[in-house]
Amino acid sequence: MKLTINGETTEITMAETLSELLEELQIVSGRVAVEVNQSVIRKAEFGTFRLHDGDTVEIVNFVGGG
Amino acid sequence: MEDTLVIKGIEFRSRLWVGTGKYRDFDETRRAIEASGADVVTVAVRRTNITDRKSENLLDFIDPKKYKILPNTAGCYTVEDALRYSRLAREAGVSDLIKLEVIGDEKTLFPDTIGLLKATEILAREGFIVFPYTNDDPIMARRLVDAGAAAVMPLAAPIGSGLGIRNPYNMKIILEQATVPIIVDAGVGTASDVAIAMELGCDAVLLNTAIAGAKDPIAMAEAMKYGVMAGRLAYKAGRIGRKLYATASSPIEGML
Repeated sequence: MKLTINGETTEITMAETLSELLEELQIVSGRVAVEVNQSVIRKAEFGTFRLHDGDTVEIVNFVGGG
Repeated sequence: MEDTLVIKGIEFRSRLWVGTGKYRDFDETRRAIEASGADVVTVAVRRTNITDRKSENLLDFIDPKKYKILPNTAGCYTVEDALRYSRLAREAGVSDLIKLEVIGDEKTLFPDTIGLLKATEILAREGFIVFPYTNDDPIMARRLVDAGAAAVMPLAAPIGSGLGIRNPYNMKIILEQATVPIIVDAGVGTASDVAIAMELGCDAVLLNTAIAGAKDPIAMAEAMKYGVMAGRLAYKAGRIGRKLYATASSPIEGML
């Protein structure tokens, strides 16, 4: 499945849900927020949210800022 | 001495709020924040590094259990972007707090107050606790409160400029009419600027560059802590009026 993750086209082999994608990317889900096709996905829905070929995923976290 | 700032039922122990940008590394960020005594720290929302998984995370150094995390929408030039970043911030964090910025111009980083007003209204309706970063404009401050702002954050001077409060008289008017806390945000350069803001009666000061950009950020963080405390105490103590001529401190009586 081809996804655009944070602006990069990425081939995902195993993951079918958002939780599985984060696991595949080795990202701790507690500290990120995720948008799929410009909609924010609630953390509680990560486990059941199914990804589809061509989805655009944005994964963000907090960085230093004023 | 208890002098707690309460906004929407949330207690803030310190009246100095600090940013986490522009530090050399996360360790310096942590030490500066500790020295400042702040219990609120601002953060930005950006893409997670998905290629370098070993990269450090800010929240490993700034414990969200110890500090209130106040995400900003820095870098947003449209209402749509500010809303998008706010909603992501809420999901990434643990609270509804948002320091709302809708920037109007790259060179000055002055707010686009028309966009800011719209975004404040929408986010307040969505249950956000909105702290809009705005100009030192008393009318806009009022409009933002009407739109649902939990506190108003007028700038002292342009972000990162270190010029201090450019218009103390406007700030005074904003404070006189205020029905929500007023937190000076941006433009202070050193501890005396912070003290002036607090002496005017501001409820808190938020700054970043003045500490992070100092030669010794840790020492400046401590200076800012005392600046806020001194200014707050002086405000509560009530300063003497300004007079053109002298009044003697020693008595005339008993002189030879």
